[in-house]
Amino acid sequence: MSIDFNELTAEDVSRHFGRRKALSRISFRTGTGSILGLLGPNGAGKSTMIAVLATLLRPSGGDIRYGTHMASATGAELRARIGVLGHDLFLYPELTARENLAFFAGLYGAANARAAADAALDRAGLADRADDPISSFSRGMRQRVALERSLVHGPRLVLLDEPFTGLDDASAAALVARLRGLRNEGAIVVLATHDLDLAEGLLDSALFLRDGRMVEAVARPGALRSTYRSIMGRA
Amino acid sequence: MPARRSLGEGVRVAWLILRKDLTVEVRSLEIAYTTLFFAVSCVLFFAFALVKEGKAPEDGAAGILWIAIAFAGTLALGRTFERERQSETLRALLMAPADRPAIYVGKLLGIIALLVAAEIVLVPLVAFLFQAPLLSHPFWLGAVLLSGTIGFAAVGTLFSAMLVRARSRDVLLPVLLYPITVPVIIAGVRATAELLQPDVELALVRFWVALLLALDVVFVTLALWTFEPLMTD
Repeated sequence: MSIDFNELTAEDVSRHFGRRKALSRISFRTGTGSILGLLGPNGAGKSTMIAVLATLLRPSGGDIRYGTHMASATGAELRARIGVLGHDLFLYPELTARENLAFFAGLYGAANARAAADAALDRAGLADRADDPISSFSRGMRQRVALERSLVHGPRLVLLDEPFTGLDDASAAALVARLRGLRNEGAIVVLATHDLDLAEGLLDSALFLRDGRMVEAVARPGALRSTYRSIMGRA
Repeated sequence: MPARRSLGEGVRVAWLILRKDLTVEVRSLEIAYTTLFFAVSCVLFFAFALVKEGKAPEDGAAGILWIAIAFAGTLALGRTFERERQSETLRALLMAPADRPAIYVGKLLGIIALLVAAEIVLVPLVAFLFQAPLLSHPFWLGAVLLSGTIGFAAVGTLFSAMLVRARSRDVLLPVLLYPITVPVIIAGVRATAELLQPDVELALVRFWVALLLALDVVFVTLALWTFEPLMTD
């Protein structure tokens, strides 16, 4: 049975690794058709937050609700509605782009994994490289395949951790356009980045993190760089 | 509690993972080459050391065959999960909506396939170098090797997945694996040694195979039961 949700809520979420507090009492709420930015310097807790939202890490305290569902109670059905693009691209370098996408489409239960992979390759603009191994791709091309890998099952919640890393201007612009498209299609997008220039004008709300703590939450953030400087300067 | 998915779905996911692992291995041949090179070297060293004037020590072939399988298996176990760690694809597998035991079964079948391929090379080599009639009872030898390999790989797959993020995983894997798989290795060696006797007592071989199958059931059940909690967090 597939589940769906319109809202993502974090309430006082903490995550500790031994004595180190990677996240401390983070709360926010976001809904469909919006992009939430997790902003902060290295070590702020952005990747940990993404891993917790992806159900890869259990919070040490607090709750995360996906609509009315809790991660602990829904497991596989919930994971079927989440797509993650992490620091690492989660691709097998020995396999071709098509094989990678078809494998993950199959894993997510696509009835026709090959057709899903071909459609994803079209969206990535890489149909002509479908049968080349991922190891022969440039970083930008791998990133495009990885993004489509994370979206191949049509997730409701899309979690992106530093997705602009290693992209040239054209690829970054294409990614921004793809994220806007996802928002228009009703996805809940959570984007962790420290690339403020690329995130400018893209975010519907932003969460400023530092040392695992939430410094401030801003709706419709404008002039991101100066907002970031003023908020982090105060913290 | 999360709803358990159907057995058919689990089989489908296990098959997808097995097919993916075999495709990756056929492309790179990395594990096949390293394990075979290591296992063949191991057998050759023992043959040079132990075979004198064409005479090998009694039951030596059985022990050396299983030493080679265990060492090659440890190498294969380490590499197969190292591959998933390097590109962080293990996280992608764990994030998929598949039941985690199905992921375990897929990885286990891949390891078994690799070890069976290694055994296909090792058995005739050991038989030749140690002048051992290993192939005189091919059915029973197959049963002993397969049931022993399943037991060894069942524990090994669980431990290597569990240790994938441990810094000293290469040291810890054999330290954890060998003490627990000692019953499998002993049963395998004794059953293989029995098959090398001039008058093979098949009742004894059947007993060892039954013991190996019982160990397989215990190890696979425990691994299926513990894989999900061990891989969460």
